[in-house]
Amino acid sequence: MSKTKSIYVRPLDIKQGRVDMSHGSGGRASAQLIETVFTAALDNEYLRQGNDGAVLPLPPAGSRLVMSTDGHVVSPLFFPGGNIGSLSVHGTVNDLAMMGARPLWLSASFILEEGLPLADLLRIVDSMARAAKTAGVVIVTGDTKVVERGKGDGVYISTTGVGYVQGTTNPSGNRARAGDTILLSGTIGDHGMAIMSQREGLQFESAIESDSAALHGLVAAMLATGADIRVLRDPTRGGLATTLNEIARQSGMGMVIDEAGIPVNKAVAAACEFLGLDPLYVANEGKLIAICAAADAAMLLAAMRAHPLGQSAAEIGAVIEDASCFVQMKTKLGGRRMVDWLNGDQLPRIC
Amino acid sequence: MKYVDEFRDGVLAKNLAASIAQESRPDKTYRLMEFCGGHTHALSRYGLLGMLPANVQMIHGPGCPVCVLPIGRVDLAIRLALEHDVILCSYGDCLRVPASEQMSLLKAKARGADVRMVYSALDAVKIATQNPTRQVVFFAIGFETTTPPTASVIKQAQASGLKNFSVLCNHVLTLPAMEAILTQPGGVPLQGLVGPAHVSTVIGSQPYQSITSRFRMPIVISGFEPLDLLQAILMLLRQVNEGRAEVENEFTRAVTPEGNRKAQALVDEIFEVRDSFEWRGLGSLPVSGLKIRAAFAEFDAELRFPDLVYRNVPDHKACECGAILRGEKRPQDCKIFGTVCTPDNPVGSCMVSSEGACAAHYTYGRYTDSKGMP
Ligand code: SF4
Repeated sequence: MSKTKSIYVRPLDIKQGRVDMSHGSGGRASAQLIETVFTAALDNEYLRQGNDGAVLPLPPAGSRLVMSTDGHVVSPLFFPGGNIGSLSVHGTVNDLAMMGARPLWLSASFILEEGLPLADLLRIVDSMARAAKTAGVVIVTGDTKVVERGKGDGVYISTTGVGYVQGTTNPSGNRARAGDTILLSGTIGDHGMAIMSQREGLQFESAIESDSAALHGLVAAMLATGADIRVLRDPTRGGLATTLNEIARQSGMGMVIDEAGIPVNKAVAAACEFLGLDPLYVANEGKLIAICAAADAAMLLAAMRAHPLGQSAAEIGAVIEDASCFVQMKTKLGGRRMVDWLNGDQLPRIC
Repeated sequence: MKYVDEFRDGVLAKNLAASIAQESRPDKTYRLMEFCGGHTHALSRYGLLGMLPANVQMIHGPGCPVCVLPIGRVDLAIRLALEHDVILCSYGDCLRVPASEQMSLLKAKARGADVRMVYSALDAVKIATQNPTRQVVFFAIGFETTTPPTASVIKQAQASGLKNFSVLCNHVLTLPAMEAILTQPGGVPLQGLVGPAHVSTVIGSQPYQSITSRFRMPIVISGFEPLDLLQAILMLLRQVNEGRAEVENEFTRAVTPEGNRKAQALVDEIFEVRDSFEWRGLGSLPVSGLKIRAAFAEFDAELRFPDLVYRNVPDHKACECGAILRGEKRPQDCKIFGTVCTPDNPVGSCMVSSEGACAAHYTYGRYTDSKGMP
């Protein structure tokens, strides 16, 4: 590419420029945007070829392919601890990791809103590139479209990932059995409250940072123990409560969790209290739930705690026989209640 | 957050629960009503009901503003929004209350009515200022807690000469409802009342004296935190056991005997007591609701839109909200609880508000139903 003479009259004005409709036209302006912003930042052998798709090598013999996709529409685009770019990599990498897979390749599709500052786009793509590099995945193909002003929130990013899983590894939401132990990799609510605090313009004593992170390294360390991890799930939208309910229903089991055992950052707890939210329902982007036989729990928990992303991992409860698939919780006060699916929106109390 | 943690301490809670167990006499049944929906919610949310001995039973009261609003009043708001082309401003909780002909404010909105959710009465005034060519009506509901803010915006609207703002007033009074509960024929026998927190910060603890003396009914005013509630329950048990019937104040950090005089004066300036007002469950109660005084008549939506006539509409046939609000039945006694009627698809008002007994039991307590636990 560097050997051919540039076909563009003027370089892209990254500092002042904005996305306009011509950037999505498929013409020269599109090509210039893709070369200057995307290919430059994400540079790899597949993208460099400039083809419509990527031709990829097969994973090791005997392994199985895993594929997953995720759309990202977060607002604001930038938040403490990350931005939509890093999030779009972590989201899909984690979806693969929750299948016990080693993620390899990603595709990325961008919907840009006319008027988006090019500097913002560059920041986002740069942070995608860094997240991908850290995670050891390669963004091998992509697409860009532009929609008119007012028809998008700056940028939407959809990513699809491919990875592979080996051996008998088979985590699945329907494999929880009565007596199993429920483990959680760390504090809950950090991502959701980082976003909320930006939206509501709230200032808290200590800033809340999103926990957005790629979890496949942690998962690899957990799989290396040899424990049969029956269920792996990242409690994203809907939070811990929703994810536990999903697993309970898939498995046809109930659960009892212990509120005192669930780690919550102080600042997150304070922000939730202030806004009348329950951290159990607030989103996470760098945490996982693992369910295993009680006999394996200690070993698995130790492996989690030994990993940087699982330092505050905890045992939070157990799976029980319950045809109604209810998730119960022992409250910190010593009482008991159930933790239901989120009912509609959380509205402000009036009295 | 230290402040909050103090009131959610597990060790203190266990000690209080133990004291309650010790104080309760096995030969007695203590039926205590928490009047306020905020307390109903807290009891379920913190799992306190399961910490009480079997003979200490909490009966849910009518102190949930959304729950006691009869269908006919919601119909008025819907008609204003659909037929009079007003901007109807409402608290979020009211939007999903089922009204006549399977309507609700939310459904009216879907049909094109201009219904807006507001967080305070002040928001409604702002909307009126921003839309001078439209009539803006604030759907005011609530007990003594939410009345002063409504009074304040009416006063403000008059001072600024706001011509396109009015209030559909549904404000109600706590004491007449308590009295109705205690005098209804065939009602549940109660041994004590947990008095409301926020309402009492406004009216004070003194007014409850009439109830304690007339009905020999112990009352303990309680804060909203779980430890407040456990403490209040313990205090009620002691009163019952010692044969006392007094107004006691657990919530001394916010409630005084005389209450908030300023707020009371403001409310008195703007509102007067209606001859009677219709409550869901309790029927038409004399001197139990407020209306806007003649001096502020221009801000009374019921006068500004004269064809707005209240009609009494019966509840859904299967819905037990009435009996639940009177303390006679529990949510799980309703035949359609959790099947036809859920928070996503409420049939009655008690399933709508988070303070409603049905919503609280659905969200936090229904796992106990199949097992015959408390
Ligand atoms: S469950 Fe629904 S229908 Fe039954 S009493 Fe409660 S609100 Fe009414």
